[in-house]
Amino acid sequence: MTPRQKRMVTVVAIVAGVGIATTFALNAFNQNLLYYYSPTQVHAGEAPASRAIRVGGLVENGSLARKPGSMEVTFILTDYAQKVPVSYTGVLPDLFREGQGVIARGRMDGNRFVAEEVLAKHDENYMPPEVADSLKPHLDAANSAGRRST
Amino acid sequence: MSWTWFHKLASPPHAYRILGSLAPWFGWASLALILLATWWGLVKAPADYQQGDGFRILYVHAPSAWMSMFTYVVMAVAAGVGLVWRIKLAHAAAAACAPIGASFTFLALATGSIWGKPMWGTWWVWDARLTSELLLLFLYLGYMALRASFDDPQRADRASAVLALVGVINVPIIHYSVNWWSTLHQPASVTKFDKPSIDLAMLIPLFLMIIGFQLYFGWAVSRRLRGEILRRERNANWLKEAA
Repeated sequence: MTPRQKRMVTVVAIVAGVGIATTFALNAFNQNLLYYYSPTQVHAGEAPASRAIRVGGLVENGSLARKPGSMEVTFILTDYAQKVPVSYTGVLPDLFREGQGVIARGRMDGNRFVAEEVLAKHDENYMPPEVADSLKPHLDAANSAGRRST
Repeated sequence: MSWTWFHKLASPPHAYRILGSLAPWFGWASLALILLATWWGLVKAPADYQQGDGFRILYVHAPSAWMSMFTYVVMAVAAGVGLVWRIKLAHAAAAACAPIGASFTFLALATGSIWGKPMWGTWWVWDARLTSELLLLFLYLGYMALRASFDDPQRADRASAVLALVGVINVPIIHYSVNWWSTLHQPASVTKFDKPSIDLAMLIPLFLMIIGFQLYFGWAVSRRLRGEILRRERNANWLKEAA
């Protein structure tokens, strides 16, 4: 092998080695890299009950209720398989609405999830309002057909 | 076919001249495209159905995020070529890329943060996408710091090239993080094997802006690489003759 070929092998080996090591490491920490649990995972007991967790899902249509005279809201998070009722006191982000994906951080208190923070999750769709209106029936159909809990 | 023209590219005086004549073309074309895309994106494109006008920060955020990864790949390839073929000019090109890439990364993080506050409700979260992009910024900064810590340019070239190669693994992680793990950041709208999830009227200015950013990169890297050549060749005869 010429010195140049040796150097080429070294470079390929560095990239491949680091790649493989990273793949193993990321696989090992896979669970910790999840930013949130889905309602299904919460029901299956995969989420730890002892510490604060994040639960992500869609705000079920018609489930949002505000307690009069306070900042407290309650809503139901769903991934179309399971539901988690959530209560939260505070300011909600701009994109928070029914049918929208959100991520709540807090703890389970019995069956109810008490959130300390609610973040809205934007989906990857960008369109003008007219297009959204014309798509609405299709989108709703697609949603109820069981979309992933994003 | 003769390859002499190709080999000549690795010669500093030749590259210095070519870059000098290319730079203005890149510069003016990028300025024109970025101005056109800015007007198109801010004025002509329709508002988003959910985010209203707030989505328009996308026209800076997405191109800078794309360029932050593109620049890193260019830097790592240049560093690899420099290591294997012992081409000083390739190392110089990698060195020229780093501050540009760091700036794109910073811009992507900053615009994302400004958008995130009203839309998500937070400036920052430690999800996989945001964390891996922050790691990219540290890789650029680490590369520049490592390079600056050697007096001998040859040792600086080799050590920093290894770091650039090691860090390249982060680029696919950034790109696929939104698919592999549940993140707060949304999945890709454009770079996927499917119809883009962004309306055509909004997509056209985004494409123009990305091409504009690419041309800007061409301009910036040509200028920086010329500076890098001057610094490295300061004792060479061809420069003394030219001066």
